[in-house]
Amino acid sequence: MEQIKHHGLMSRKEVELRKAFLEQVHIIPAGERINRCIQCGTCTGSCPVSYAMDISPRELIALFRAGEMEMIMKSRTIWICASCYACTTRCPSGIKITDIIYALKRTAMEKKYQSQQAQQVQILANLFIQNLMSYGRLHEGTLIRKYYMKTNIKKLFGLIPLGRKMFQKKRIAILPKKIKAYASLSRIIKKAQEIEMREEPALLGYEPDYVGYKALGELKLEPRKGE
Amino acid sequence: MKYAYYPGCSLEKTQRGYDESVREVFEALGQELIEIDDWNCCGATIYMSVKETVSLAVSSRNLALAEKMGLDIIAPCSSCFTVLAKTNRILNQVPEMHKDVNEALTEGGLSYKGKTKVRHPVDILMNDVGIETILHNSKKSLNGLKVAPYYGCQIVRPEKGFDDRENPILLDRMFNKCGADVVPFPMKVRCCGGMLMTTFEDTALKLNMELLQCADNNGADVIVTTCPLCHFNLEAYQDKINEKYQTKYNIPILYFTQLLGIVLGLPEKKLGIDSSFIPMCKKITDLMEVQYV
Ligand code: SF4
Ligand code: SF4
Repeated sequence: MEQIKHHGLMSRKEVELRKAFLEQVHIIPAGERINRCIQCGTCTGSCPVSYAMDISPRELIALFRAGEMEMIMKSRTIWICASCYACTTRCPSGIKITDIIYALKRTAMEKKYQSQQAQQVQILANLFIQNLMSYGRLHEGTLIRKYYMKTNIKKLFGLIPLGRKMFQKKRIAILPKKIKAYASLSRIIKKAQEIEMREEPALLGYEPDYVGYKALGELKLEPRKGE
Repeated sequence: MKYAYYPGCSLEKTQRGYDESVREVFEALGQELIEIDDWNCCGATIYMSVKETVSLAVSSRNLALAEKMGLDIIAPCSSCFTVLAKTNRILNQVPEMHKDVNEALTEGGLSYKGKTKVRHPVDILMNDVGIETILHNSKKSLNGLKVAPYYGCQIVRPEKGFDDRENPILLDRMFNKCGADVVPFPMKVRCCGGMLMTTFEDTALKLNMELLQCADNNGADVIVTTCPLCHFNLEAYQDKINEKYQTKYNIPILYFTQLLGIVLGLPEKKLGIDSSFIPMCKKITDLMEVQYV
């Protein structure tokens, strides 16, 4: 089995992961700024959940540069990020860290990395999508019930008192409601899925053998308008 | 002014207090909210983070419907607000994406030019309606009430929007002018954990404990919120936090529109305050009983 390619820089797996990830980064407006990271750690310091991460946001970028995508894929970090944008707001280099973490998440899902934390988040995400696909609106009751049935049935029983309280306060819709244009929404979703499958963004100067800065090709930096 | 109202899924039922109070407050201030007919779920943060084109198409359907009405969208839920605004931004910045999304929308007989603006009620109330109009219509003063305004993370971030990203002040100003004693609340944009309450409960409980602690240390009688998720985490899990951290927090949580509704003299019932889990403190119940200032 050919594990090492060319100069001995990266395993084939690494090359594949980088390619999938960089395709995702490419869709993010100004995603290429990822190579301006100065490793200052502002993101980590601003992150309310970094204490519970195994790899800090700053380290994510360092590991990406170092050609250690697989470590990132297996981390707890990408699943525990709460999307609060504190890091993105403060990064002195204008890196969209939250979006980068989304891209990492999508890559891990695409490449089927299954840690326990990943599973929880993916189950929730998939149920969410199912829910949306079936009704056009989110029915929280169904989502939560199905989620705990799949992950931790004991917790579901623990939620009964809360459910009862919500019912008394008229805060529970017993049945999900379908939107009227449900059929038309499904057609939109189906088409968008088709488009997503056919999309293969061309990566400028992309050379999967490189790690670090070069992996993103030529730098194109626009000024950070009014940010 | 008229706005295309996008309540979002949480406001429909579980967070009816936000929906009811937004509608009442806007009506009392002479603003017209027209609910977008047959809107769909915006996809929320969770969807956005796992599927790009699909999530953009799903949220664009709402933008396209509002464009047809010729009105700006008003979205009270932070998550809906961020997702809809972000969709707009991506479609404007990435023309290929805009083309793809329109191709998908065509399947549903819709198209989106990119004209709809996405606004948050805090922005509209303070910047369009204005504090003068609010004060002109106010019936009660919040004199003596200590308020901690909690903005949460998503209405002021990630891009520079209608308020500062680190230290937003519009709500502070609103309630200050309404007579309240707005307490310092350094955690005003700190994250509540959002959906982590489902997936990583321990972490989310800690985040919310810190928020309650911060409000409590600063003497707040009430925390006002702008987001259904923050609201739910702070309110419905307060018991659990007390149990886990041996604390005794009993801080009522109100949507900012509920407190504003009280100022405008609207009846408690219409503002959905009866849907709260945590009983209101005496200062608030007294206020609700007072007829005029
Ligand atoms: S804040 Fe930005 S520049 Fe600093 S370490 Fe994080 S990503 Fe890199
Ligand atoms: S967006 Fe994620 S990584 Fe960034 S500060 Fe928030 S929780 Fe941390």
